[in-house]
Order: sequence, then structure tokens, then C-alpha cells
Amino acid sequence: MNESPKPRWTFAAFREGVIATFPLMPGLFAFGMAFGTVAARQGFSLLDAVAMSAIVFSGVAQIIVVDAWPRELTVASVTAIAAVTAVICSRFLLIGAAMRPLLSRLSPAQVYPFLHFLVEPPWLLSIRYQREGGNDPGFVIGSAATCYVTWVVSTAPGYWLGAAADPHRFGLDMVIPAFFTAMLVSLWQGPRKAIGWAVGGAVAVAADLTLGGFWYVVLGGLAGSIAGGLADE
Amino acid sequence: MNSHDPLGYAVVIAVMTVVVYLSRAGGFWLIGRVRIGPRLRKMLDALPGAIIAATIAPLLVHGGVSAVAAVTAALLAMVALRNDFAAVAAGLVAAALVRATGF
Repeated sequence: MNESPKPRWTFAAFREGVIATFPLMPGLFAFGMAFGTVAARQGFSLLDAVAMSAIVFSGVAQIIVVDAWPRELTVASVTAIAAVTAVICSRFLLIGAAMRPLLSRLSPAQVYPFLHFLVEPPWLLSIRYQREGGNDPGFVIGSAATCYVTWVVSTAPGYWLGAAADPHRFGLDMVIPAFFTAMLVSLWQGPRKAIGWAVGGAVAVAADLTLGGFWYVVLGGLAGSIAGGLADE
Repeated sequence: MNSHDPLGYAVVIAVMTVVVYLSRAGGFWLIGRVRIGPRLRKMLDALPGAIIAATIAPLLVHGGVSAVAAVTAALLAMVALRNDFAAVAAGLVAAALVRATGF
């Protein structure tokens, strides 16, 4: 009865997660600036813009909602905002499911507050981390914390600078696609395992061309996952 | 004039936060209530690559020459160097070069 409980996560892994996220910081910063710029253009106060980044913490959803801010806030327009946000964030249902094995090492009292901060970079980095034998959720917490701080801090410079610096010109909008590509290379385990990737990509393109909107990630991800799972049997 | 009343803004932030949180916590919660057999296990294993492919593929279709160049450069750099930072840098440089030449 006198043994001390094993820590569920460590600062050593937290630090590792922070360092692994560094290559993404310029891109995340540019992305956060893009949101600040959109908020300034739409007449939001700086405080409102930063508050949204700090509370909602969902890049694509924030930009889309603020960019299409309704002239009048009615029950209908707020419902529309909720629906758009739900579609954009539906991919997190899949990502959260995929994170279950690693994050279930945390207690429910730790994991449910943490899940508010779950974004793509910690998830992707954790896949390779686990392949290399890591199993400390501190890695994911460190990576998510780095993303959060970068996102919140970058809103104000974007708000002030507006379109003075053009992230597009320096290719900064390509940081996330380039990073995703690098992660795909890390995940490569032969062509048989990649059947699901091909199906996922094809379904996403088809959904994007026919449905539009933001359904393509979750539909492609689901289809690719099912196809990849069946191809592996 | 767009609406910027404080109460309405607070309502929108609250609604978005709840929706975002439910999507981030919902999948984690739900999969914990399912018994994961070998078939579901394999599907979950295939999930990361499928989500990445589903994110990138539409971008390649309508992102133009610069998107294709960025993804190709990142791919080659990652295969050659096995380094995230080099891959991201190669992607940025490729996109910036293509755009500088006027595509």
C-alpha cells in the first residue's frame, strides 16, 4: 500500500513533444496571423480575436466563421455557425478514436480537459513516436501546448500587420501540406498498407468535387480506413 | 454593418467551443465503449494515412502548380533525409520559387 503511484506522464516526454513540434511553428504562426488578419478586416476588436483563438482553438473553423460573419446574429445564423463548425471538426472524431490507446494512459480527469487541445500535429507526431517505442502521453501534451501557445500568440501580429506581409508569397500556406507529406513518408510500410491511402485520397477528391464544403476529410478518412483495414486481412 | 454585440459574440464563442469540444472528445469517448476486435484494430491502424491522404489529395487537384511542387519537394526531401524540418523547408522553398516565377 505504500508504493507511490507511477506518474501517468512525464516532463521529459513533454519536452520531447515540444521539440518535435518546432518544424511546424513557422507555419502555425502564419496560419494564426491569417486568422488575425481576417478578424481585423471584419471589424473585430483585438481582444475579441485573441479571445476566440484562446477559447475555441480551431484554426480552420475560426477563419471560415469569422470570414462569413453574419450581418445579424439570429437563432438561424448561430445554428448555421454551429453546423459549419461541426462539419469542419468532424475529422476530430476519427483522430480522437485513433488517439485512444495512448491517451487512455491518462486518468479521465486528465484526458477530458486535455482533449479540448487536441489538434493534428500532436496526433501525427505521436504515431511515429509510438512506432519508435514511446508510450508517454506527455509527448502529446507537449506538442499540443506548443501548438496552442503559437496559435494564440500569432493572432495579434496578424491583426496588426494585416496584409503587409504576404504568407502566400513565401509558401507559408504550404507548411501543413508539406508536413503531412513528410508524415506520410514516415508511415510508409509497403504498398499493401497504402491501399487505404489511395482510397482515402480518391474518395476525398470525389467528395470535394461533388459535395464541396468540408466533408472531404472525414469521408475520405473513413473510406480509406475501412478499405485499408479490409485490404490488410 | 456586421453585428458585433458582446452578448451575441459570447454566444457564438460558446456554441463553437462546445461543438469543437464534442468532436475532439466524442471519438475518444465512443471508441472506448466499443470492443475493438482484430478487424476494427486494422481499420484504426489504417486511419492516420487515410486522413492525411484525404487532406492532401484535393489540394493537389486544385492547389495549382505550387501545391504539387511543394508536396513533391517535401516527399523527396523526406525520403532522402528523413527529417521533418528539411521536408517542410523544401516544401516552402519549392512553393515560393514556383510562385516567384509567376505560376
